[in-house]
Amino acid sequence: MDTFVSLYDGFSIALTWQNLLLAFLGCFLGTMMGALPGLGPANGVAILIPLAFTFGLGAVPALILLTSVYYGAMYGGRISSILLNIPGDEPAMMTCLDGYPMAKAGRAGEALALSGIASFVGAFFATWGLVFLAPQLVKIALLFGPAEYFVLFTLAFATLGGIAAANQAKSAFAAALGIGIAMIGVDTQTGVQRFTFGEVHLYDGIDFLIAIVGLFALSEVFIFLEHRSSRGEKKEEPKMQIGRLTPSWKLLRYCTPAMIRSTVVGFLAGVLPGAGASLGSFLAYSVEKQVSDPRSETFGKGDPRGVAAPEAGNNAASGGALVPMLALGVPGSGTTAVLLAVLLTLNIQPGPLLFQNNPDVVWGLIAALFIANFMLLALNIPMVGIFTRVLLVPSHILMPIVAMIAFIGIYSITGSTFELKMMVFFGVLGWVLRKLDVPLVPIILGILLGNEMEVNLRRAMTISNGEWSALFGSWLAIILWTIAIVGFVLPIVLGRRVKKKMKQAEEEGALTD
Amino acid sequence: MSDRVLGGVGLTLAVFYAWAATIIPEPFASDAIGPDGFPMIIAVILGLSSLYFVLKPDPEPKWPSLNRLAEIGFAVLIMFGYAEVLPVFGFVFATIIITAYLTWRLGARPLTAILNGVGTSVGLFVLFELIFGLSLADGPLGF
Repeated sequence: MDTFVSLYDGFSIALTWQNLLLAFLGCFLGTMMGALPGLGPANGVAILIPLAFTFGLGAVPALILLTSVYYGAMYGGRISSILLNIPGDEPAMMTCLDGYPMAKAGRAGEALALSGIASFVGAFFATWGLVFLAPQLVKIALLFGPAEYFVLFTLAFATLGGIAAANQAKSAFAAALGIGIAMIGVDTQTGVQRFTFGEVHLYDGIDFLIAIVGLFALSEVFIFLEHRSSRGEKKEEPKMQIGRLTPSWKLLRYCTPAMIRSTVVGFLAGVLPGAGASLGSFLAYSVEKQVSDPRSETFGKGDPRGVAAPEAGNNAASGGALVPMLALGVPGSGTTAVLLAVLLTLNIQPGPLLFQNNPDVVWGLIAALFIANFMLLALNIPMVGIFTRVLLVPSHILMPIVAMIAFIGIYSITGSTFELKMMVFFGVLGWVLRKLDVPLVPIILGILLGNEMEVNLRRAMTISNGEWSALFGSWLAIILWTIAIVGFVLPIVLGRRVKKKMKQAEEEGALTD
Repeated sequence: MSDRVLGGVGLTLAVFYAWAATIIPEPFASDAIGPDGFPMIIAVILGLSSLYFVLKPDPEPKWPSLNRLAEIGFAVLIMFGYAEVLPVFGFVFATIIITAYLTWRLGARPLTAILNGVGTSVGLFVLFELIFGLSLADGPLGF
């Protein structure tokens, strides 16, 4: 019952004109960012974070804006998958398999509308999952002491690569790099300077916004520069007929079981540490294929259930990923890591105490997610034509604007040109690391959580008088260690197979062209 | 080979990091681990993971050709230059130059590039400074 009262309070916060407007703006911008190939939800949120601050928004409105961008980008990713066979972001990859064949068969409008509705179903029910699951998780988290928190952070890093992790050594390398960067500046426990080498600009440490915007947004610009299309070349236009934009009841009924199954699968994939939306959509598609089309006679050839499943799955996963982020302060995916940065910048420490100390933030945010879902549904069915036109803006116009917004954002927060150069440095670093297949998210997470992790380790050690065995001192800690170790080792054993299967599915999709 | 280079850089970084941790000034009152304990652990993880891809590198990534690399290098220089001249020239002029340059290098014709430069710069200035009231860098002419 408490939950419903809190949710009601949340709605009274989210339903102000300003917040509604911000949610709408976020949904609109997010869908656009998601629709553009190359700019996924993490980039979208990363670029807009500094702006949210420079508008001087309070905690709740800023969060509403940015989570709407997050949900919007998850919706938008499917548009270029269906129309161009190019996924807007990684989680939208599976949508290409049946979405593009549907579009080629003259059913683009139906595919777009159906995927919009599937996205809504996935995200809407996942938000309900968040409402009920997060407070339960908080109850467990309240039992955590410093040692358990330290292990929890270790778990977050160990499982971040997810089951499809390319190379666990590289994930560990990235995490260590990020935590190392977090150590720069004043040691919060003793007040001594660490790793600053007398450089005044480093005394306060490196702001994670600079790292995030550099690593995500600027590195994208460098990638475009590397692969720039030759001059005057026209972008591939979505020439195909969109067709009718309202799917028939019959089609919806036909796809409903697929949406329900995929929502459950996707949500679970999102809640589990390290799985994220890409795995959510992959699992949802695979499960659906197993259940309804085991011999693969229609899947991959434009089966509408093959569009509904991954879209419900990836949007449910993004809702699910918010559960550990809000309840434990440990993000379940790349984009939630970026959202965690938003919370920390707003001086809000996610985790169990958030539900006690800032219930307005949590429930206002959750209410806003519900509202965003309805807005996105409304935006994505009748206005999908506008978003498809975004695909026509050539990247040479768009990418410089992205770069400039990154510069404006950082400059208006810091007012310092040193920080701008630092951001460019992170952009180059991001580009090099992406070439080398080193994941960027653990770096961000390291910068975000490094200090908190160290503080908890040192507290645990102080309590135990320097006895390291304190880190294994409780059942909770041992369970967390076990999950961490399994989460780290499993991808080494299974990762290649999952990755291969995902690639295979993608190639099979490409062959049906 | 690329992974071996990365591993080499990582190892060097780990050694340097560990060394830098040892010269952290000893504080007056310290806890069980001290300000250098945790960084030492991180240095070890950094070192071990780097060692792993020295020994077992991934397949070689596709590096861009030399002139593409130069392209990125120039873009970086221009961006550093932008940071340098921003307070001198002001937002509008500096942004026109860098946006036009990037647009041109991303494949637009020079005229399109200049138009996009002017449009983006003025557009962003109006939006952020005039409407949202941010303070972008002011040049000698006040914009």
